[in-house]
Amino acid sequence: MLSIKNLQAKIADNQILKGINLEVKAGEVHAIMGPNGSGKSTLASVLAGREEFEVTGGEVDFLGKDLLELSPEDRAREGIFLAFQYPVEIPGVSTINFMKTALNQVREHRGQPTLDAVSFLSLMREKMKLVEIDQSLLNRALNEGFSGGEKKRNEIFQMAMLEPKLAILDETDSGLDIDALRIVANGVNKLRSKNNATIVVTHYQRLLDYIVPDFVHVLYKGKIVKSGTKELALELEAKGYDWIKEQVEVA
Amino acid sequence: MSTIATEKPLTTDITAWIESNLSTTGLVQDLRKEGLSYFQQLGIPANKAEEYKFTPIARLLEKNFNFSTRNAEAKSIDINHYAIPGLDANVLVFVNGVYAAQYSKIISPATEVTILPLREAIDTKKDLILVHLGKHADHKADALTAWNTASWSDGVFIHVGKNTIVEKPIVLYHIHDVREGQTITHHRNLFIVEQSAEVTVIEKFDSEGTGNGFSNVVTEGVVAENAGLNLYEIQNDGGARYHYNHIHMTQANASRVNTFTFSLDGKLIRNNLQLCLDGEGIESHMYGLYALTGDTLADNHTVVDHRKPNSFSNELYKGILDGQSKGVFNGKIFVRPNAQKTNAFQANRNILLTDKATVNTKPQLEIWADDVKCSHGCTTGQLDEEAVFYLQARGISKETARAMMLYAFAGEVLDAIKHPVIKEYIDTIISERLHKNF
Repeated sequence: MLSIKNLQAKIADNQILKGINLEVKAGEVHAIMGPNGSGKSTLASVLAGREEFEVTGGEVDFLGKDLLELSPEDRAREGIFLAFQYPVEIPGVSTINFMKTALNQVREHRGQPTLDAVSFLSLMREKMKLVEIDQSLLNRALNEGFSGGEKKRNEIFQMAMLEPKLAILDETDSGLDIDALRIVANGVNKLRSKNNATIVVTHYQRLLDYIVPDFVHVLYKGKIVKSGTKELALELEAKGYDWIKEQVEVA
Repeated sequence: MSTIATEKPLTTDITAWIESNLSTTGLVQDLRKEGLSYFQQLGIPANKAEEYKFTPIARLLEKNFNFSTRNAEAKSIDINHYAIPGLDANVLVFVNGVYAAQYSKIISPATEVTILPLREAIDTKKDLILVHLGKHADHKADALTAWNTASWSDGVFIHVGKNTIVEKPIVLYHIHDVREGQTITHHRNLFIVEQSAEVTVIEKFDSEGTGNGFSNVVTEGVVAENAGLNLYEIQNDGGARYHYNHIHMTQANASRVNTFTFSLDGKLIRNNLQLCLDGEGIESHMYGLYALTGDTLADNHTVVDHRKPNSFSNELYKGILDGQSKGVFNGKIFVRPNAQKTNAFQANRNILLTDKATVNTKPQLEIWADDVKCSHGCTTGQLDEEAVFYLQARGISKETARAMMLYAFAGEVLDAIKHPVIKEYIDTIISERLHKNF
């Protein structure tokens, strides 16, 4: 589904990604871990098309398309979904209106008929249950005054609505208490299928108790320096990142 | 001294123009002469004049208008082209400053409201004219208002009697036919809203053709005890339009005035909006939205004058500036010594979309009372690119995302519009503009 080859990216004069290689197939969950500043969130941002980052080398193939050539909105329409680490508060834009605009632009791109108000609302109710989000929250302006947990739940709600092929969760667990974390993880798990894939970017192993990965990669200094199965995450949790850093420095 | 030198020839030219057009008959000829004499004394504001610091009205008038020719002849127009769709309203149309009865219709019963062209009211409503005309808008302080006082060709007289609610809004369409050349028009309104009465008035400005049009519109009047006035100004004319608009309303006890000023297009728009809160328990709301592209300049100068205790005023002006457009906001709040327990709030918020767009904003609070609540704030920033990216990341095109953000920014002003048809119309023109032009 996603094939990243030797991806390099910088912001201003700061080279952050220094040759990332990653293959993600349908049905898989990949966790990307690593110490702060290793480039995890940059990778997520570059895949979603954030313009501040300049791709300086490498290629990314997503379902046969050159992902780096696409605008952020076209990436989303093709099936990439980035759950933001810090979802943006947008006063004055109602969540419902936003979601309807987004869904219909995505559907149009996919050659599906746009939804009228009635079918949109019934779809919304169905997905709301899935992620345990309350209607009253969706009646408000997008993320405005939402708690951290509410914002993250809203991300997963949007993901449920848009039905992406590849979901990238950027530190979705950071700042969440255990109840909020469970709700978010449950939502993600319910949306998993053999046809879609998930990349979980996280600093903490805890999330991976709830969203169990097939593969775990360690990102350090802009490169994936170690890959393994979910046991690698447990090892990192027990031993920290220092031994990885040492291995890299020695090599 | 060079500033005086630049204004003087223009003042002389315009004085000659006023004199050659001056009506020397009728009830108000003394007032007209007074207007002329104050115009000569004050002179067209020079480019460095404090109140016109960012709005070079002298230079623009000098450059674009010839004061020795008459207005271009108006041809027939299609009024439906300018009408607000679906609005069941009293309609008065002025083409090149002249009342066009054939396009106008008064539908409210005479028991509810008297609506007349001002020329006609001069003859039939002498008592009210003598009490109010020229008594609110101060022609001794502003040359443009003085010019209007000397030169108005017509206007609208509205008188709402005690305890009367005017159900249908009153719409004034100002159309400038500049297909055959320039127009210079002066229009004067007088609104008298008696005790516990209520009325909604809308002024809309349009033009036909590419010639230059200068319009000078002065509106004055009184909103009596417990009465209400809703006033909408829709300035969305893309022509070579230069527009001076002066509104001065005097409010009595427990009266309510809501003003909405939408400045969207044209070359130069200068709005002087003054509310004189001469009573207690008054509530005044002034809303403004300017969304500008190209080289449009929109200047809003507002004055809220709290003269008595226990009144409330709230002012919210928002601006979206693209291209090399210019916005000016100057908000004065006066709280006189005995206006204790005044609540006065003011905010001006701007989004600049380009490096070349500018806004000059200046709150000016002068408070002589000591037990008041007053606040003001102005912000100028850029569109939140992170928010635009967030919307894009959900599949929304960049253009739509920007328009959604700008519309949301404008929403705070739009939400304050109560009348559903007016709201829908203004919503539509703003939304179209934000999608198409920004």
